[in-house]
Amino acid sequence: MRNKVVGALIGAMIPACAGLAAGASGGLRLPISALVSYAACAAFLVGICLRVLRWAAVPVPFRIPATCGQQKSLEWIRSATLDNPATGMAAAGRMTAEVLLFRSLFRNTRCEVNGARTIFSESRWLWIGAIAFHWSLLLIVLRHLRLFVEPVPAPVLIIEQIDTCFQIGIPRVCISDIVFIAALCFLLWRRFSDPVVRYISLCSDFLVLWLIAGVALTGIVMRHWSRVDVAGVKQFALGLATFSPVLPASVGALFLVHLFLVCALVAYIPSSKLMHMAGVWLSPTRNLANNSRAVRHVNPWNYPVKTHAYAEWEAEYRDKLQAAGIPLEGTYVESTHTN
Amino acid sequence: MSNPLIQIEQASPTGEWEKSKPEFRKGTWCYSATPQNVGYLGMPNPRQWQPSDADWKLPENWKQILLKGMKERLDKFRSFRLFMDICVRCGACADKCHFYLGSGDPKNMPVLRAELLRSVYRRYFTISGRIFGSLAGARELTEDVVKEWFYYFYQCTECRRCSVFCPYGIDTAEITMIGRELLNLIGVNINWVLDPAANCYRVGNHLGIQPHSLKDNLDFAADELEEITGIRVDIPIGKKGAEVLFVAPSADYFATPHYYTFLGYLALFHEIGLDYTLSAYASEGGNFGLFSSHELMKRLNAKMYEEAKRLNVKWILGGECGHMWRVIHQYMDTMNGPADFLEAPVSPITGTRFEHARSTKVVHIAEFSADLIHAGKLKLDPKRNDHWKVTYHDSCNPSRAMGLLEEPRYILRNACNNFYEMPESTIREQTFCCGSGSGLGTDENFEMRLRGGFPRANAVRHVKEAHGVNLLSCICAIDKATLPTLLDYWVPGVEVAGVHELLGNALVMKGEKPRTTNLRGEPLAIEEKEGAHA
Repeated sequence: MRNKVVGALIGAMIPACAGLAAGASGGLRLPISALVSYAACAAFLVGICLRVLRWAAVPVPFRIPATCGQQKSLEWIRSATLDNPATGMAAAGRMTAEVLLFRSLFRNTRCEVNGARTIFSESRWLWIGAIAFHWSLLLIVLRHLRLFVEPVPAPVLIIEQIDTCFQIGIPRVCISDIVFIAALCFLLWRRFSDPVVRYISLCSDFLVLWLIAGVALTGIVMRHWSRVDVAGVKQFALGLATFSPVLPASVGALFLVHLFLVCALVAYIPSSKLMHMAGVWLSPTRNLANNSRAVRHVNPWNYPVKTHAYAEWEAEYRDKLQAAGIPLEGTYVESTHTN
Repeated sequence: MSNPLIQIEQASPTGEWEKSKPEFRKGTWCYSATPQNVGYLGMPNPRQWQPSDADWKLPENWKQILLKGMKERLDKFRSFRLFMDICVRCGACADKCHFYLGSGDPKNMPVLRAELLRSVYRRYFTISGRIFGSLAGARELTEDVVKEWFYYFYQCTECRRCSVFCPYGIDTAEITMIGRELLNLIGVNINWVLDPAANCYRVGNHLGIQPHSLKDNLDFAADELEEITGIRVDIPIGKKGAEVLFVAPSADYFATPHYYTFLGYLALFHEIGLDYTLSAYASEGGNFGLFSSHELMKRLNAKMYEEAKRLNVKWILGGECGHMWRVIHQYMDTMNGPADFLEAPVSPITGTRFEHARSTKVVHIAEFSADLIHAGKLKLDPKRNDHWKVTYHDSCNPSRAMGLLEEPRYILRNACNNFYEMPESTIREQTFCCGSGSGLGTDENFEMRLRGGFPRANAVRHVKEAHGVNLLSCICAIDKATLPTLLDYWVPGVEVAGVHELLGNALVMKGEKPRTTNLRGEPLAIEEKEGAHA
């Protein structure tokens, strides 16, 4: 356990230290930062595409939705449209609820065994933490678009306005930042303190959390304490986006630490569990309609198998069938019937 | 409840799971498949061995076979490849597994059951796993790992409860099915799965009951039903041109309490005048191939359509069985269809067209009977079930691989006066397995079965204490076979019955004599008088 946590921490320190080193590398600052950024972007895009294509290339031989409500059968029985979708549209609805609202996680219960009794309770903390984490992360990523696009798109400005509506501090404190940090702390705390979750955790589970924590921490320090030169950062980002990178001297090493951590994270995504963001869309227990008795599902690799055909069977049991008065297949001749 | 035999403890796991090994303690694993059964089915590596042996007599190139098998399946099943990649180890599945709750063994958490395969997947099929090894969660495939796979893939009943709660729908049934399929490649399998499978393949049903014995048993059932109702029913076998082929799990004609459900079917079919036939060739609805490999599942299932075609029926009616319905609902048409020689099922009694089964052409008997009741075609006297206080146990497969939830309840509410639901977290899609599904219901595995059935039994105990429930009804043959023992241990005084047994009890038949007993031959709470239902 300790090895996994520390190993992950060391893993996360590498890009951070690389960022610091790059910051102190004088004339090499720009080429290194640009190179790392491009490499990470490329690894991210290529990696994600490869992984998703790989999944998509594998067939779904059987229609195996996990049904979580009443099926559509008799007209007068009300079926669970979303939890047991009967049509492709309804399955799309189920997926939407899954992706946007984490429907399945919302169902979570807790079961404790207390002296030969099972005790169930609702357990929404993980759902709350996960929803808070993912939605605030989305807002934060969207807010960062202001650095990459000129002029800043209106929706981004609106998001920012709402996000800072508490009007505390200069620059304004973002609600999404607070929620994100709180959710991240909760998820980290859970991974450490819950004995079950701690036991099942791998080194890589800690690694992504440390990386994300590093990104968040450096980002917040830059915004509220070290006051990074935002105009300079934007120059760098726009430069990257237009393939003519510049890195103003006013942008300090802390930014490079932030940048390198982000790069490490995005480059790591395709080979990590973070691919769940793409994989959830392809999950055959969720994205298929439960209509396998109404519409035939085709398995592209379905192949003929050896069976015990009726004629063979009848030949073996003819006497017994006759004795029992069970009708025989008169016209069948032994083993001409093949499957 | 203090129990001298089994202590259920939930202790926090400590140490590292990667380093712990299962202890093959008697009572927690199943005997190996006999070489005869393995050979009969044409499966690899038939030999004498037992899981408790140090040497499992694996083929020389077992590792190569397993890795090749994994590669093949990673390219054939999107579910498998995806589920190897996207788990985030959030732990939502952990306390959803009845085996984890009952055994406290952390490797029975669905997430770790899957990690047993994932760790090997990472080592041999991902770049990061190859380079970083254990840091990336990768493990070498060793004989110890094979033993661990065996131990834990045969401590999973493929019930899919964890999948309901997983934010990505990761389905441990898929993992276990693939895991068992891999183990079968090197001849590591259990007799309780392959013996019924071999019997079913060879003779037609799990117990290997030959056609003449089947006929005797059916005649006996007709005698018994006559004794109870005064009505002689006809039980056609292999009748060509019948409208409906009826396929039930074979336990229905041979085992108790299944048998009373079978009497219920017979009474029902007679009363509505259904033109049906049974088959001696396809005399098994269950399919233990599902618990072994996709291929074996297909081989066994093929009989159903073949027989329907030969007998020239219009459609197929399926009896009360759990995993049989997983196969029919999610695999049959894909594997052995299209059934274009059959017609879209229409109830000859009510005229209802079963649109939802128009391609597979198989209707569940609970759907069929619910439709009859709703159309007012059955005269029911629920008072005849007044000696029962009934609860309903959703079987895993009909609930989580189909969604057959309301139909049996509708029948129960019409056939019984005293019906009580178990707590919400233990019914419908959240139902708990009996702990003996997927071929684990054998005696040598008894301790594990009791442990796995513990959460279910606990919910039964709750309704027993709250409402005096004395009967658990269900629509699964494995439930009927294994729950009576389980309940005897955890909740003595609760019996097990099929839904159609209760329907058969309540069914008022034309020209029947006043009933003095239920289908079990036990006296009714109130004896009926002549002309009570005139």
